[in-house]
Amino acid sequence: MSGGAAAAGRALPGRPDDAPALPSDRWRALEIAFWLLVVAAFFVFPQHRVLGSQILITGLFALSLDLILGYAGIVSLGHAAYFGMGAYTAGLLAVHGWGEPLSGLLAAGLAGAIAGYATSFLVVRGADLARLMVTLGIGLMLYEAANQLGSITGGADGLSGVAMWKVLGLWSFDLAGTTAYVYSAVVLFLLFVVARRIVASPFGLSLRGVRENVKRMPAIGAPVARRLVAIYTVSAAMAGVAGGVLAQTTQFVGLDVFGFPRSADLMIMLVLGGAGRLYGGLLGAAVFMIAHHLLSDLNPIYWQFWLGLLLVVVVLFARGGILGAADTLVRRAAARRARTR
Amino acid sequence: MIGNLAGVLFDGIAYGSLLFVISIGLSVTMGLMNFVNLAHGAFAMVGGYACVLLMTRAGLPFLATLPVAFAAAALAGIVLERTLYQRLYKATHLDQVMFSIGLVFMAVAATTYFFGPSQQPVRLPDFLRGQVQVAGLGLGAYRLFLIAVVALVTVALHLTMTRTRFGAQVRAAVDNAVAAAGLGIDVHRVFGVTFALGSGLAGLGGGLGIDVLGLDPTFPLKYMVYFLLVVAIGGAGTIKGGLVAAMILGICDVAGKYYVPQVGSFIIYFLMVVLMIAFPAGLYGRRA
Amino acid sequence: MTTHHRIPRRRVLQGLAGAAALGALPRFAHAQAGPFRIGLILPMTGPFASTGKQVSAACRLYMQRAGDAIAGRKVELILKDDTGLAPETTKRIAQEMLVQDKVNVLAGFGLTPLALATAPVATEAKVPMIVMCAATAIIPQRSPFIVRSGFTLPQVTGPIADWAAKNRIRRVFTMVTDYGPGLDAEKTFHARFRAAGGEIAEAVRTPLRNPDYGPFLQRAKDAKPDALFVFVPSGEGLAVMKQFDERGLKQAGIRLIGTGDVTDDDLLESMGPPAVGVITSFHYSAAHESPENRAYVESFMKANNGMRPNFHSVGGYDGMHLIYEAAKKAGPGASGEQLVEAMKGMRWTSPRGPMTIDPQARDVVQTVYLREVKMANGKPWNVEFDKFENVKPVEG
Repeated sequence: MSGGAAAAGRALPGRPDDAPALPSDRWRALEIAFWLLVVAAFFVFPQHRVLGSQILITGLFALSLDLILGYAGIVSLGHAAYFGMGAYTAGLLAVHGWGEPLSGLLAAGLAGAIAGYATSFLVVRGADLARLMVTLGIGLMLYEAANQLGSITGGADGLSGVAMWKVLGLWSFDLAGTTAYVYSAVVLFLLFVVARRIVASPFGLSLRGVRENVKRMPAIGAPVARRLVAIYTVSAAMAGVAGGVLAQTTQFVGLDVFGFPRSADLMIMLVLGGAGRLYGGLLGAAVFMIAHHLLSDLNPIYWQFWLGLLLVVVVLFARGGILGAADTLVRRAAARRARTR
Repeated sequence: MIGNLAGVLFDGIAYGSLLFVISIGLSVTMGLMNFVNLAHGAFAMVGGYACVLLMTRAGLPFLATLPVAFAAAALAGIVLERTLYQRLYKATHLDQVMFSIGLVFMAVAATTYFFGPSQQPVRLPDFLRGQVQVAGLGLGAYRLFLIAVVALVTVALHLTMTRTRFGAQVRAAVDNAVAAAGLGIDVHRVFGVTFALGSGLAGLGGGLGIDVLGLDPTFPLKYMVYFLLVVAIGGAGTIKGGLVAAMILGICDVAGKYYVPQVGSFIIYFLMVVLMIAFPAGLYGRRA
Repeated sequence: MTTHHRIPRRRVLQGLAGAAALGALPRFAHAQAGPFRIGLILPMTGPFASTGKQVSAACRLYMQRAGDAIAGRKVELILKDDTGLAPETTKRIAQEMLVQDKVNVLAGFGLTPLALATAPVATEAKVPMIVMCAATAIIPQRSPFIVRSGFTLPQVTGPIADWAAKNRIRRVFTMVTDYGPGLDAEKTFHARFRAAGGEIAEAVRTPLRNPDYGPFLQRAKDAKPDALFVFVPSGEGLAVMKQFDERGLKQAGIRLIGTGDVTDDDLLESMGPPAVGVITSFHYSAAHESPENRAYVESFMKANNGMRPNFHSVGGYDGMHLIYEAAKKAGPGASGEQLVEAMKGMRWTSPRGPMTIDPQARDVVQTVYLREVKMANGKPWNVEFDKFENVKPVEG
């Protein structure tokens, strides 16, 4: 292979302007606008709140992947493993009589974290392809396990009878998805703030160091493996929460929460939005799922063609995903302005 | 059950042969161009549908359709390589993954549009049907044929790589594309021809595989994991690695289903994780 | 294949209009004046797309033959793809259809988990939910608004077990797909066959996403049973038949028996001569002898480029019949409860033969036929040779 180190480097979305200083922690105007959009969508599209809540959940899931892929450079095709652990944990709790949503989410996050910590040692070693296959294998094995444990999980028929109590004893999950939307949005925002803090901390910076050059990090005294295990566990916990929210808002858990398509779609969404930018996953999930929704409404049989075309076109004309392309445009415009001045 | 060991091994080798011929192109494109082409299965599907089309519409016999399957997939490969793939050789792996998944989505929908969602039939000639008795062991005639074809392909591939000028160029480019270009090798052309060859072999495998793997529009998604497995376990860019990995997978899959059907596909996944942890760069990978 | 569905631009406008009515929560009162809307949710892409194709084609055919109005009120069919994989997608589509399209009836549902996930939606919205394909026995118990127009696995599995026991088959090897319907089929077959004095040589379950049936069939061959009982999902029968033929199970004296999924009419032509002699029990064959079925098969094939209707298609066709007749009986402005009430106990002659909706179970009571694959006009057909009348959805 021509230069394995270069290959590993190339697999990761690098930003040339990554400064070695701690990033500024102030919320920028664009960020505030983004969250205002999330609020506005609730009022502007009252008939699409269920879709909206599922986009927010998938966005949270993509955010969790971004922490390991975008920031620590761990590619994964099996992140659904932790999503599924969370979903079944929250689902099973409710089935067995504990339908309180918030504590259910905590349990889901914990289940994701435990599974993530236990498997992180297998994942942090190895190069891209090995990591892809190991994560894929973990996801598929959990899928099989959930299928075999039909007496607990409901097997291929899925887990039904997930009876949720009211959120904070006030709002029950309704048909129009109003509670689901607000609930998902609040959970997403809180965990986003956490992720944002992590990324801007010295710990987050050391992860970027690992991503950029794994060999030099030990030389400056950074314990690479330990850092990776830590972020992998955090990411898995977040994926678990996302799974928990889905189980609670859907009040059903199917085997597919562990499925390969879910992991693969997730990676596509993150790359579509732009990895390593926190907002990339949220944007990617929104674009992918809205495109899917609109296209499959237009043509329920052949919509996949147009979705595929969208992905191909984005790669050809907008390298680094939507946010990557936006970055390039902004930089180019700035350079032009500097020249004309 | 020990008495069936020979039969299980035979079936496993036949299955592995099929996986090998389909996946080898993916292994080479990963090793040579450092390109993660998840759409590789779509080229196998092109070959499969070329076979079906020629058999059902033009009435050609099965054997005559196989070279066309190779040619059709190779042609699709070279066209896409020249128009799209080569623009992305310098892109990140993530962009490559998204691009090739996009191609898969398009291929799946286009195939559904032209051929419908159902499984496609294949009519094998009579001498390839049923079983042949060899030393008291009933062997599937078609699987015997499959092994023979893949053995021939493997030998031809090996000779091409070791004995021809083109083979030497490919090996040089795999080792170090920049240095190879510096020596005056037209790396661009080597990439194109190799891509076409790999796609063609996948197409041949797609045609050969209709009877074993089935053929429907979701083919490239259904078997993506298996193709990736062959490449990852074998190590990208090596023919020997791909062959060994495909055989291990084929035999373990068949043996697992035969001897312990209750654990289903568990065995394969477990094996995959263990092998990847033990050999992160694959069995015959260049770098640990 | 032609498709007609709603154009989403209108939906976007509706969304914007909704913005005007800020805060006004969507209600589920069905507009009396608007068209009578049927929301059809099917897997139109993905591994189960052939099921969606059959059912949607049958639903359109019904509308074409019965007209697109019930008692003067226009009927609209809204088709959506749920890809057959994720239950939350199916449930979401159902919710959107209720909130936004204000559908009067939900229909379709390709697989059991998809139907089970959606059941609470039907209950909450008080809208009839017609399960056309998913065949696990428990489904209608999950909501008083579920009515099934397809079949259940226990229903169609019993007769073949009885037949096998009566026809000098002593030891059977069973192979079913490892999911709800497969387990139902296995359970029913084992119980009935053992009760009739038979012996189960061995039982294997194959993974739902399974590349190669070869090793399982080899195991079956080496167990030397009198017969092999098979259940696989629609679309998989071809692969099983190929391996059964290639491995010479027939030559080894092993008969192939099963539910009709194995000799699915959609794929039977592709299977060709090796399928001849396979005995199955099922509720529908395209070769069923009746004027209703002859007309059905002919118009179905004409409208769909020669595609043969299979058992899922009649689930769709009869589901539409059920909706139409219930709407006629209860009046076009009827509530969901009234529609379900009108469906209970309904009885008619379908292309598959006589069928009834059990008023308590809201499930299908129908004739189950024993069939043998025979060649006619150069093509294989499932030819019926015996029947069991009024078979209940779940045999006690």
